[in-house]
Amino acid sequence: MTLDAAWAVDWVRRSAATVDEHRDELVELDRQIGDGDHGENLARGFRAVVAKLDGLDAPPTTIGDVLRLVATTLMSTVGGAAGPLYGTAFLRASKAGSAAALDRDGVVALLEAALDGIVTRGRAGAGEKTMVDAWTPAVAAAVDAADHGAPPSQVLAAAARGAQAGAEGTVPLVATKGRASYLGERSAGHLDPGARSSALILAAAAQAAADAD
Amino acid sequence: MTDQWAPVALVLVSHSRTLAEGAAQVAAQMAPGVRILPAGGTADDGLGTSFDRVDAAVREATAGGGSVVVLTDLGSAVLTAESVLEATDGATADRVRIADAPFVEGAVAAAVTAHGGADVDQVLASAQAAGRTFGPAGTVAADTTAGVVPEGATAPVVGPDGSVRATTVLRNPLGLHARPAALMVRMLAPFDAKVQVNGVNAASVLELMKLGAVKDDVLVVTAQGPQAAEAVQRLVADVEAGFGEV
Repeated sequence: MTLDAAWAVDWVRRSAATVDEHRDELVELDRQIGDGDHGENLARGFRAVVAKLDGLDAPPTTIGDVLRLVATTLMSTVGGAAGPLYGTAFLRASKAGSAAALDRDGVVALLEAALDGIVTRGRAGAGEKTMVDAWTPAVAAAVDAADHGAPPSQVLAAAARGAQAGAEGTVPLVATKGRASYLGERSAGHLDPGARSSALILAAAAQAAADAD
Repeated sequence: MTDQWAPVALVLVSHSRTLAEGAAQVAAQMAPGVRILPAGGTADDGLGTSFDRVDAAVREATAGGGSVVVLTDLGSAVLTAESVLEATDGATADRVRIADAPFVEGAVAAAVTAHGGADVDQVLASAQAAGRTFGPAGTVAADTTAGVVPEGATAPVVGPDGSVRATTVLRNPLGLHARPAALMVRMLAPFDAKVQVNGVNAASVLELMKLGAVKDDVLVVTAQGPQAAEAVQRLVADVEAGFGEV
């Protein structure tokens, strides 16, 4: 069982839909500990991605092509830190996903590349109340599932569960990176919006893979 | 076209278009020979940073083979600038530096240093030193002689260590404010000499401004190096001419 470019396109469309659906929630989470623009910025970015996909003459042939389009579009259209962070994540993932199809190890490599991009760009480690706190357990869960022989869709489902648990785990944390760090101790008690949107986007990846099975 | 510009350009990346443009204006006033490209706001002029705007500015600034120092304001401005560099070809990216510096002060300091024809790492260092200039009292090295106020102007004398020293009196009504400080730095740049005014480095516009010297204050000018005497002479002449403000 493998995932192909059609899965990647479906992932992106579902990401756009879920980000739009949860836009107000993300706005509210960011208003509590940031500058309140995360939901709006990300929704605008993914709308632009979908518009670009719709405008293509022919569908992309590799997962890498799809993810590169996502990366460059998000970097250009998302005004806040989420633009370069997600942009770099998708750019690194696009390099890992240059094959026409991905097996379970390919999916793990793609997720690892994305996490690596976020860590490189944001210089954040685990436990700093950022997107990294969703992606780190997501990658760990994906590795574990792949080690147990799970198919790609199950690897992604495990990653999505790991990301959601990781996002929820950001609530008690005190932010030491990003705009929320200006709040210091007062940032505790809130869900990190970037971790939440990461969980939504990975859930979209898992749903697209489940449908492809 | 590019020949008239200093070899190092600046790109100012801010969340706000008007903040980037305003900072560029302030810096350009003090260093008209430096190309300063503002890259602020999102594509629709909202608050945020635009990959495309920063990318376009870096391309424009490096197009003639020149180097660039990028100054940024808050978080995502840094991330966007770094993303642009990651996407830029290696040979061009090698000529670009991102400064870890206060936005406005760094831009001003970098611009004045660039105006003197400094290389990219000197401009970067100047921007990054700008934060320390406004640090806690005492971070700027004070000359112990600065507190000894002479009566008035004295002609240059050469000390036993070869350093040249003179005193002069500020004549212009507003004292050593931004414009004359920048003029002083730019005037001194071509001289092969290290020059201090009241103990601070006369190559740093911010340190000169921080002296807070006002009209009728005495400036103690010291210099070392092959052209120390010429530099001191010229500086004293400029101060006595009131920087064209009297």
